[in-house]
Parts: sequence; structure tokens; C-alpha cells
Amino acid sequence: MTYLHNIGKYFLMIREMFRKPTKWSVMRNLIFKDIDDLIFGSLGIVAFISFFVGGVITIQTALNISNPLIPKYLVGFATRQSIILEFAPTFTSIIMAGKVGSFITSSIGTMRVTEQIDALEVMGINSINYLVFPKTIALLLYPFIISIGMFLGVLGGLAACMFGGYATLEDYILGVQTDFQTFHIVYAFIKTFVFAFVLATIPSFYGYYMKGGALEVGKASTTSFVWTSVVIILLNYLLTQMLLS
Amino acid sequence: MIEVKDLHKSFGDAHILKGISTSFEKGKTSLVIGQSGSGKTVFLKCLLGLFAYEGGSIAYDGKIFAQLSDDEKRDVRAEIGMVFQGSALFDSMTIAENVMFPLRMFTKQSKSEMEDRVDVVLKRVNLPDAHNKFPSEASGGMQKRVAIARAIVNNPKYLFCDEPNSGLDPKTAIVIDNLIQEITDEYNITTVINSHDMNSVMEIGEKIVFLRNGLKAWEGSKDTIFKTDNEVVTDFVYSSNLFKKVRKMYLDENQ
Repeated sequence: MTYLHNIGKYFLMIREMFRKPTKWSVMRNLIFKDIDDLIFGSLGIVAFISFFVGGVITIQTALNISNPLIPKYLVGFATRQSIILEFAPTFTSIIMAGKVGSFITSSIGTMRVTEQIDALEVMGINSINYLVFPKTIALLLYPFIISIGMFLGVLGGLAACMFGGYATLEDYILGVQTDFQTFHIVYAFIKTFVFAFVLATIPSFYGYYMKGGALEVGKASTTSFVWTSVVIILLNYLLTQMLLS
Repeated sequence: MIEVKDLHKSFGDAHILKGISTSFEKGKTSLVIGQSGSGKTVFLKCLLGLFAYEGGSIAYDGKIFAQLSDDEKRDVRAEIGMVFQGSALFDSMTIAENVMFPLRMFTKQSKSEMEDRVDVVLKRVNLPDAHNKFPSEASGGMQKRVAIARAIVNNPKYLFCDEPNSGLDPKTAIVIDNLIQEITDEYNITTVINSHDMNSVMEIGEKIVFLRNGLKAWEGSKDTIFKTDNEVVTDFVYSSNLFKKVRKMYLDENQ
């Protein structure tokens, strides 16, 4: 029953997010601040992880191709497919659930504990719109991070290939270009937009409705990470089934 | 003026407010006192519209809050200033931005007009040079004064304070009490304070409402509280030996 109650409450929060909008001049500043915190603040970690995971995927693929009949360019092909289809949109989102999700839950949760949300409500401000809406809009730029992640992942694979001697530069680039389907990029971005919405709203939900003190802020951050990850994994399955099968 | 009639509020099976009726007059500082768990905070949150109540009514200058449309409720709320127990300043904003916040949200003033108004209220609460500090850099007393400045910046008709003296030393507590009293007189607003602090009761309680177990057990002023025979009130207010002695002296002098 608690799960059903929370699901209902989550959708009511989403509805409330679009009601009684905050004054645009204030909202604009909040959106820019959240773009800075959530998008630009995440670029470094996403770039670092993407580059090295791209390299690892290349090495793993190359080491598992022992049959001499399999062409070397397949390393580049496998790396591209893994990164574009799964690593960049899905696994980066799980990492972001930890980084951005925890930040959102703890910042909103702390505002709840210190009565800052009550202060907004007393002033007649729709606190859900004020707090959650700018984060949701800011995360519409999330595909920008994923694009960089895709590019750096493939680049990391290239670097690993070159320095490890697993394939030539020409083979790797040929593999990256082989059988390229634009729809795979579309599929990745559709997933990214859905995950961006999840990344903004589920952590906000756990922060906004938390009760208690500082300890509960920590617990809410952990719970939010777990549920954001679970929802991302489930939606990943559903979207893959719907879009690729 | 705020009029409360037969206010009832429950959380599940727990009946917290059991039919409170009282009124808070314009231009006066009213205190709501009572032991922990007596329903003071719930009462205040009902007044603020943060809690929905099951029975009774709350009227702001004759307008019954529960019967207002969403827009009308928002208009009433824009006329409310609130000082929270923990100040509730926005951590990410400077002190000047905190004070300016209600102006940015509810007025169409230009930036320079807003800055001028912020200067005026920060000077009024004796913080003329604190504009660029963040709340984390301010002491508890300073944070309370900033919270008062934020509450009055938009010329509210009603000012609510939840335990404004909690966590403050006695000297700073008196400064805050006097500031609230002066602002109430100066701006002619309806001020309601939730308090445990008996010094505040004696200093600024132009009207005092004593709550016990969700009921109004007594109502009076700082003058009548010395003379009351109500044992429930005297047990609470004069629980310390110092206050017992003060009361005895007062009664001896006035016999």
C-alpha cells in the first residue's frame, strides 16, 4: 500500500509542478543556476568515466576476439554500439542518479528540515514549482552531457586501441563507421530525455516529502538513489523493448 | 485583525486542537504560550494556512481563509510575514537577497527600488552592513533580525513569529522582543508570537493566550497574568523560583 500511496503522491507532485508558476524573472535565474549545478557541474565526472570506460570496452572486446577470421574493425564497431546504445544513456544515468540525484534530494531535504520550504509556502509560493520545475527544465540539457559522453567513450576506445596495439587506427575508424544507423542515436536520446525527467523528479520527490532531521536527509538521499536507479533500469528495458524489438 | 472560531485539528486519531476561539487585534503583540505538546505550533501553522483544519474558521480582517479562492488565498499570504524558529533563511542567497526575495516575488519594483527598500529594513533591524554576508556567516541573533527584516520588507498586515527567542542569549532575546514590539507599533500590524520565554510574556504580551492540551485554558495580558488565580497558568508561568518571587512582590506591592 505504501508503494501505491507514494506513486500516487509522486504523480500529484508532477501535476503540482505545473500549477501556479513562479514569476518568470525569478524562474529564469533558478533555471540558469540549476543548469550550472546539474549540467556543467557533472561534465567532468561524465567525461572522465566515459573516456576510460570506452577504453575498457575496447580492450575487453579485443581480448575476447581470438578467432583470426573475425575482422579487427569489429573492435570499433562493438565499442560504438556498446557506448551509444547502453553505456552513455543508461549507465551514465545511473552514475548521475548518484551524483545529481543525491544533490537534489539533500538540497531540497535540507530546505525541508530547516523550514525553508515552509517559508516559501507561507509567502504563497508554489514550492514544488519553485524547486522542482527549474531542475526538470535544466535537465532537458542532459542529452548534451550524454553526447559528450558518447564522443569521449568512442575516443577513449580509440586511444586504448592505439596505445594497446589491439587494432590499427584505420580498422577502429572503419568499425565505428560500419553499419551506422541514425535511429540508434534517436533511440539513445529518447531514453536520455526520459531518464532526465526521472533524474529530476524522483530525487526531488524524496527530498520534498522527507520528514525528520539531518539523519533522515542522508537516508532520503540513499533511498532516492536506489529508486531512481530501479526506475531507470526498468524504463530502459521497456523503452528498448518498444523501440528496438 | 485575526479571528479564530472553534478551531479543530487532528492528525489521525490524535485530536490536537479541540475548539480554540480567540482573536488577535491589529497593532498589538499577542503571545500564544503553553507547554510543549499543547498545540501551539499546530495552532500557528493553521493560522498560516500550512495545515488544513477540520472544524472552525480563521478570518483575516473579516475574510474567512478557507472560503477564499486560490488567488485570494495567495493575496492574503502575500500580506503575511513569518519569522520561523530556525529563521529559515535561504542558504544559497546573501542576506540582502533573502530580504529582497518577497519583493522580487510579489512586486514589480525596479532593482534600485528594491535595493533601497532592503537598505531601509536592514537599517531598521540594526544590520546596515550585512548585505553581502551569507546566512551561515551570521550569528543566531543576526539571523533572527534578518528573518524579521524579510518578514516586514513587503509591509505585511500580519506578522507571525515562532519561538523568536529560542537559542538566543537573554540580552539578544530582549533586543529581538523589543524590535518585534516596535515594528508592530510602527507598522500597525497584527503580530502573533508563539513563545516559551516568560521574559517575553512579561515584556511584550499585550495579549496572552494560554493553551493546554489543545484547549484555550486562559486569556489575558501581561498585566492580568500577575493577578490570575488560574492554577494551570500560574503553575506554568511561575514555575521558576525567580518568577514566583517576582509575582509575590508584585502582588504585595499592589495589595
